[in-house]
Amino acid sequence: MNKTIIIISLILTLSLITLSSFAKGNQITCTGSTTVLPVAQATAEAFMDKHPEINISVRGGGSGVGVAALQNKTADICNSSRPMKAKEISAAKSKGINPTPYAIANDAISIVVHKSNKVKNLSVDQIKKVYTGKIKNWKDLGGANLPIVIISRDVASGTFEVFNEKALAGAKVDATAQLLASNNAVVSAVSSTPGAIGYAGLGYVSDNVNVVMVNNVMPSETTTKDGSYPLARKLYMYTNGKAKGDVARFISFIQSVEGQTLVKDQGFISLN
Amino acid sequence: MRSYKEKSFQAITYITALTTIVLLMGIIYSLFREGIPLFGKVDVRSFLFTNSWYPTHAEPEFGAWALISGSLIVTVGALVIGIPLGLGSAIFISEIASGRMKEIAKPVIELLAGIPSVVYGLFGMAFLAPLIRQWFHLDTGLNVFSASVILGVMIVPIIASMSEDALSNVPKSIREASLALGSTKIECIFKAVIPAARSGIIGSILLGFGRAIGETMVVLMVSGGSAQIPRNIFASARPLTSTIAAEMGETVMGDLHYQSLFALAILLFAITFITNLITELVFLKRSFR
Repeated sequence: MNKTIIIISLILTLSLITLSSFAKGNQITCTGSTTVLPVAQATAEAFMDKHPEINISVRGGGSGVGVAALQNKTADICNSSRPMKAKEISAAKSKGINPTPYAIANDAISIVVHKSNKVKNLSVDQIKKVYTGKIKNWKDLGGANLPIVIISRDVASGTFEVFNEKALAGAKVDATAQLLASNNAVVSAVSSTPGAIGYAGLGYVSDNVNVVMVNNVMPSETTTKDGSYPLARKLYMYTNGKAKGDVARFISFIQSVEGQTLVKDQGFISLN
Repeated sequence: MRSYKEKSFQAITYITALTTIVLLMGIIYSLFREGIPLFGKVDVRSFLFTNSWYPTHAEPEFGAWALISGSLIVTVGALVIGIPLGLGSAIFISEIASGRMKEIAKPVIELLAGIPSVVYGLFGMAFLAPLIRQWFHLDTGLNVFSASVILGVMIVPIIASMSEDALSNVPKSIREASLALGSTKIECIFKAVIPAARSGIIGSILLGFGRAIGETMVVLMVSGGSAQIPRNIFASARPLTSTIAAEMGETVMGDLHYQSLFALAILLFAITFITNLITELVFLKRSFR
């Protein structure tokens, strides 16, 4: 009786162990930012159609997860919606990894307000005061007498990290801010809340909300590329050392005209 | 041959039961293994009783009280709405409705339990929240009140069907004795039947509580997600569950933020474990009687 139990449990454990040690074939793994995910996914599919012998697997998880994966050599490419932090680079170097950035797309973070809102322009300083809770009413910004509802992204998202750095200079967002889980959720909450202010990637902005100018600059393809829009960012792929072989071919495919068309299709802005 | 079959069947059930327990233990073990290291760097008291939750800031702060209070307020709100609705339905089905009515009402209420929580969340986000904002002239409809209403409706089937079972299980003799002593139908229900079914009703409420505090999707979509102590029922809140769900996706395995989310999970586990324990004790008391 007891013997059968022991044998069965032995078989179970053995099969579990063999399952986990599946051999890794000739393939590229790409992990990181959920913002870069749609771009990486679309370009990887197009690339694999052309080169059926190469298999690219794309995973999300967030920029921080991608950086950790590159450091631990569990990914060939780390997708990141922000430049790597100095701390992360030194941690990678101490493990013998030399992170090398490749810009693959441009993106702008748009500030959005409700359709009925008369405010057309905000300075970066005003945005900072709103998000840190120092300005609480639209009348202080030249709008109607209406309390401001701050809408932000979850603190772990890449979009939040860039917004926090570029617009807030690292200051803490006021505790009354609503933290929503996606760009789409932010846009839909702003569209149904008259006093709301929110931010989202340019590709996610719909006609149901108004986009305000930042420092008198409207976010667009031109103002993002020439660097005049203050809340612009680049999306990156990081590799260990200079990209080689299939990885290099994949990245140069994304940077090619064909790849950049796919970038635009996903709602982002091309490199050049 | 017969005994061989018997024995192998016994062995299989033994293994399945053992597997369940081992899996459960594994989950609890990993929760504690990942969560406990946080308390080497963050004081337990400041984790539980301060309220600035800035896990990714340059100088991270892990004050979970704002999140705990968010969970508790939303759950209490859900019970305030769910208990009268659930108990009312249970009393109606068990004591007042006629045979045909009973046959229709019971499955319809239980059908509510079959709606996936993300559908409830979508309904709350798209229809209820804008309505509540207009009715009460609020700045935002994504708040404690909206979340409580939706959660309250979600726990109605749990409270209703379990309480209804408890009420129906009250022996006929108690009803008859009460009526024979000259009580009206209402007096009979409130003074004889409900007290007799008390432990079952309390059990259903505790289960409803456990369901409400553990619910993730609805609060993530409807409660607004501000990491603050809600000053009133129309403020936004950020319950424990939605914090874990929203932030876990983008944390790096093993860092402080990751550990803090596991610490929140331990907290949540402790709360539901204690309510389940109490439920268990309430039922045990009944079976001893």
